[in-house]
Amino acid sequence: MEMGFWSGYVWPGLIIVLQIVAIILPMMGAVAYLTLAERKVIAAMQMRKGPNVVGPFGLLQPLADGLKLLTKETIIPTGANRFLFIIAPMVTFILALVAWAVIPFDEGWVLADINVGVLYLFAISSLGVYGIIVAGWASNSRYPFLGALRSAAQMVSYEVSIGFVIITVLLCVGSLNLSAIVEAQRGLWFCIPLLPMFVIYYISALAETNRAPFDLPEAEAELVSGYNVEYSAMTFGLFFLGEYANMILMSAMGTILFLGGWLPIVDVAPFNWIPGIFWFLGKTFALLFGFLWVRATFPRYRYDQLMRLGWKVFLPFTLFWVILTAGVLVAFDWVPAPAM
Amino acid sequence: MAEQLIQNYTLNFGPQHPAAHGVLRMVMELDGEIVERIDSHIGLLHRGTEKLIEYKTYTQAVPYFDRLDYVAPMNQEHAFALAVEKLLGIEVPERGQYLRVLFSEIGRVLNHLLNLTAFALDVGAMTPLLWGFEEREKLMEFYEGASGARLHAAYFRPGGVHQDIPAGMAENIRAWANNFPNFIRDMEALLNDNRIFKQRCVDIGIASREEAMDWGFSGPMLRASGVAWDLRKAQPYDVYDRMDFDIPVGKNGDCYDRYLVRVEEMRQSLRIIHQCLDQMKPGPVMTTDGKIAPPRRGAMKTSMEALIHHFKLYTEGYHVPAGETYTAVEAPKGEFGVYLVSDGTNKPYRCKIRAPGFAHLQAMDYLCKGHMLADSVAVLGAMDIVFGEIDR
Repeated sequence: MEMGFWSGYVWPGLIIVLQIVAIILPMMGAVAYLTLAERKVIAAMQMRKGPNVVGPFGLLQPLADGLKLLTKETIIPTGANRFLFIIAPMVTFILALVAWAVIPFDEGWVLADINVGVLYLFAISSLGVYGIIVAGWASNSRYPFLGALRSAAQMVSYEVSIGFVIITVLLCVGSLNLSAIVEAQRGLWFCIPLLPMFVIYYISALAETNRAPFDLPEAEAELVSGYNVEYSAMTFGLFFLGEYANMILMSAMGTILFLGGWLPIVDVAPFNWIPGIFWFLGKTFALLFGFLWVRATFPRYRYDQLMRLGWKVFLPFTLFWVILTAGVLVAFDWVPAPAM
Repeated sequence: MAEQLIQNYTLNFGPQHPAAHGVLRMVMELDGEIVERIDSHIGLLHRGTEKLIEYKTYTQAVPYFDRLDYVAPMNQEHAFALAVEKLLGIEVPERGQYLRVLFSEIGRVLNHLLNLTAFALDVGAMTPLLWGFEEREKLMEFYEGASGARLHAAYFRPGGVHQDIPAGMAENIRAWANNFPNFIRDMEALLNDNRIFKQRCVDIGIASREEAMDWGFSGPMLRASGVAWDLRKAQPYDVYDRMDFDIPVGKNGDCYDRYLVRVEEMRQSLRIIHQCLDQMKPGPVMTTDGKIAPPRRGAMKTSMEALIHHFKLYTEGYHVPAGETYTAVEAPKGEFGVYLVSDGTNKPYRCKIRAPGFAHLQAMDYLCKGHMLADSVAVLGAMDIVFGEIDR
């Protein structure tokens, strides 16, 4: 009995905790250095230097920023709903982290290799809007409230088109398992036959993560900083970390759905000598670089224009493409056999 | 169901708002995101400039004009200098006039650089601003080289300019003017045909010809609505009558046209700068009337007369014959006028300042009504508001 308890619960539990730590710690490091990368990349595009004082080439800047946020006072406005005000950034942050459970970094490198991985990711990213809308409401202040309303509308709109984009991928794979989706791309990445869907996925990912040119919830020209106006110190820090973790997540998801995950660009030497994890990280970073590039280049959409793009352009187009893909698959008898 | 009374959402926009261009405070009534009414509150930067000038000699009043529109300081000094010269009835030597035109046009480029790029920032594009500041920095160095100060120049004085430009500066300005079109091209590549930029600007904040005139618009705001009115052409001052340049006009009077008009004005300013540099000949830059222009420093070391004149001019100042004048210049933002009343003493009796931004801001409510919240920021950015001159 004693043995069964230890080998049945404690050791597997410990291993899972260690696996979680092994994912979360590099994740936090990636988030921290993504902020630095963003500042450096945008600085280079704007003919500036970016952070270069803290540490060599500013490499310790993220730590300094984090330390500053940690040591500052958390201010809770008198009019705010204290409970919701504190819980909102936690929700955002936790949701940004739990999604990583199903992401396969390499063949078999996945915490939970569940068969509904895509559904799980979709469910988690849909919940993300709660953090923001609760933050905006609990602040009991005007700018955050407007920001939260915009954000809710925006995320819901683009969720729909992302949903259809994912359905086209699923039609081609015949499985909801993320590892199976990657394996199905051996030979041909989906970004080639499904190129329009990839573009729409990428644009929707920008909108989904509230990045420029869709950063309306935090448009500093109109709403100062949107839903997080009233947040300070680490409550603000959690929103910030959550946003960047989401950016990485969406890029990783794009890599898995369209760029063949850990698969090398062509399956011949020397490309297949490089371990899959590096392919995965490299592709993810390439997508992330696009996020930063777009931010330095484009003006911001107006609220109604954003809605129009989502509902009147992307939605009909993705819907059409779902039907087209299904039609082509059936017509040429390419429908994949359901994975058992 | 009982009748519900729905109240509009009131938003306090500013004075500490990143897009309020200084200390503008607007109380907005919003219906969702639609702007129903905008109530502009001004006065947060009021310093009593006009009243202070009444207690200063004419020379001491000059620096106050730098502090009005601090984006293009010398253009304001120009209006005051011309007004005092008109009352005094003196002529400015030709080189002084050329230098004033040259630096007025540099001021125009300075202003438009800041406005266009800040406008781009207001609609969300942040890169042009940082590119533009690189160019502004070069122009600021010309300011500094000529006057010794980067911002508060006090360079244009009644009678001419304070001193000649240092040797070699003309070549530097020309080298800059040859390179500057590259910057304009880069900026236009980012903005002009960008779909998002056009969606944010085209047909936003439209003012027709008549409306623009009724609201008292001037400068690029008026020209964007299709009125080819430019004081540099309509009533030329200094050597503008010898300059060959065009007046760009818009068709629709929306934010996009205001943007385009300003970009083209920068190109026309470059033309004027080149012409000034070509035509300028050596000579005095300040009137030779020793009762108005202070003696040079070298003369003071040897001549008792010069020392006495220097002392008198910098303490008591010169007396200006009684009279009044309204003198206006085409400042980068529009018609900048000075209504100067002299009672024959060494201080102005009254100095009323007509700031273009003040007239533009009053149309804020009219231009934004029915637009969305984000559009009001674009309209404000295209208006080119600087609070130094509005609140005075």
